[in-house]
Amino acid sequence: MLGYYTHLAFRSFGRNPGITALMVLAIALGIAVCIMTLTVFHAMSGNPIWWKNDRLYAVTMDNWDPNQSFRKKHPDLPPPIMTYKDARVVASSDIPERKIIMYTVEATLSGVGAAPLRTDTRMTTGDFFAMFDVPFLYGTGWSKSADNPPQPVIVLSRKTNDTLFGGTNSVGRVLRWNDHEFRVVGVLDDWFPRPHFYDLIGGAFQPPEDAYVPFAWGPALELQSSGDTDCWKPETINNEADFLASECVWIQTWVELPDRATRQRMQSFLDNYWADQHRAGRFPRPRDNRLTNVAKWLRDNQVVDNDNRVLVGLAFAFLAVCLINTVGLLLAKFLNAAPVTGVRRALGASRRQVFLQHLVEVAMLSVLGAALGFGLATLGLAAVHHMYAAAHLGHRGGYQELMHFDTVGVFWAIALAIVATLAAGLYPAWRVGRMPPAVYLKSQ
Amino acid sequence: MLKMQDISKIYRTDLIETYALRRFSLQVEPKEFVAITGPSGSGKTTFLNVAGLLEDFDSGRYELDGTDVRGLSDDARSRLRNERIGFIFQSFNLIPDLNVYDNVDVPLRYRRFNNAERRERIGSALDLVGLASRAKHMPSQLSGGQQQRVAIARAIAGDPAFLLADEPTGNLDSLMARQVMDLLEQINEMGTTILLVTHDPELARRAQRNVHLIDGQISDFRAYEPRSEAPAAAATGATGTGPSPDAALA
Repeated sequence: MLGYYTHLAFRSFGRNPGITALMVLAIALGIAVCIMTLTVFHAMSGNPIWWKNDRLYAVTMDNWDPNQSFRKKHPDLPPPIMTYKDARVVASSDIPERKIIMYTVEATLSGVGAAPLRTDTRMTTGDFFAMFDVPFLYGTGWSKSADNPPQPVIVLSRKTNDTLFGGTNSVGRVLRWNDHEFRVVGVLDDWFPRPHFYDLIGGAFQPPEDAYVPFAWGPALELQSSGDTDCWKPETINNEADFLASECVWIQTWVELPDRATRQRMQSFLDNYWADQHRAGRFPRPRDNRLTNVAKWLRDNQVVDNDNRVLVGLAFAFLAVCLINTVGLLLAKFLNAAPVTGVRRALGASRRQVFLQHLVEVAMLSVLGAALGFGLATLGLAAVHHMYAAAHLGHRGGYQELMHFDTVGVFWAIALAIVATLAAGLYPAWRVGRMPPAVYLKSQ
Repeated sequence: MLKMQDISKIYRTDLIETYALRRFSLQVEPKEFVAITGPSGSGKTTFLNVAGLLEDFDSGRYELDGTDVRGLSDDARSRLRNERIGFIFQSFNLIPDLNVYDNVDVPLRYRRFNNAERRERIGSALDLVGLASRAKHMPSQLSGGQQQRVAIARAIAGDPAFLLADEPTGNLDSLMARQVMDLLEQINEMGTTILLVTHDPELARRAQRNVHLIDGQISDFRAYEPRSEAPAAAATGATGTGPSPDAALA
């Protein structure tokens, strides 16, 4: 019967092409606006490493001022970064499968013939690449043995490698990083985690760093963080050693914990360390040691602001208006054809069959609406992409990178089409099936 | 066999209740041709709708071919209607955007016949009504008489036991009306029970029995002679008083 219902649906479309076009357009506009908004929202709130959500944890400890919290708007949250000494303790633990301590510095790359290149360099530990599933175009990251004592090795982003080496395999080549010789051990493939979850200080949608160097070079070369460095305690800081021993926070710390037991052990490790330090006069605030997975980390740090949530709400409200209009048009169309439905009922169609016949028609409308909506959304996103690309001319990365239409967008289109079908079609299809046929048979 | 006993059908508004059928009893035997007559508002069409399972009734008992229809689900009623009953309407009620072939096909689709069987049945039905050559025509391209013959083909294509006709000649001129009645008689002779609602006493006299309704009740019941011997008697109206409705149920 499905084939017959489909055949009838096409005939119905042909009978009222104007109303059919209006309904398809209404559904398409609603879906297009929703897809566009959701795509942006998804890009801005999505967890770019969701498959490791139960393994990766940001480590935080509240060492802040006893008289005021780190964040005034969110006094329940500890500082998102740690002191050097606390980060080192975490890094020394054998409990995590992998662990990272890191911060960013500004550095200059030179010595390869090209003009010196100012870069954002991430000072990190060797686990960074495996922990965050970073793809490599050439070579690999450095081994743990290169972390301490630090070896003069460097990993370049693809863009940096393109700039300095014309995109050729630069592994083994030597360049100067802040006037020190470093050997290239790896070149990243395209990698643009959105949001920039592992370090939100410079903005959630900043591009990844240009180069990566073992963490220990930072303190050794006394390189200050180009990100946030926050201090609360009046301390005398005359040199690098004073700074490293201070209560200033500036280091991001992440661990990879494979299971619940390991996580509990890590939590105990932090709590025991906190207790020891507390007894020694540190950590004046109530104990708040956290292992936060990526999804919660993004929520805690308000990667998605309320404007975007409001926008999504408005998009769905617009879809609802479109669907309500569609329901009205469907009702008018179906009730207008009530005499024919009455004839079908007289000839043996059950209510269920009438309902299914009309539901198939609505489903086909929805598919057409979704297809058109998908096309409109693609055009709309392309327009947004070009708009932002023009605004950020010459800069790779940034907001315009959000505008790629991806498989998630396709999923939403299909899901919305189904919802639209149910929302817009169920009632009119049900209603027309409940009409008493005898009333219309006499009047036709 | 169609058997109604003490059927009442009431239309209610906030203020009044109107009996469309009041303790209506009738039994129709297989292969009968029964005419239902009566003034407007007497309940003829309501009777036909109840008999055709298009409307429910408020009280009484209705058996169609031995099946008590009260309490049947909509699916079961629709199946029974599809398999056992054919409808013919005054205004033909062809589906305007389907051609002749597809109109006749409609009840067969709900019967879930396969393509070959549907094709054969549609061909036979259109042959019977003399419209096989018009299978691809749209209803708007046919005369009123032809449209009614398509409706008859649609009604009989599924080989129903009962044919319910509501003023089938009401929109036709006398020549067309006669042709349609000839066709109905031919179908009746092939074994289909026919219930014909009509205002026209001339047409009613061509039936084997005449049930006259007033205010939802049978006011008169006349049995005619067998059709082959009836015309003289029918033409003079000398029908005599038939048995009472109750007697008819006996």
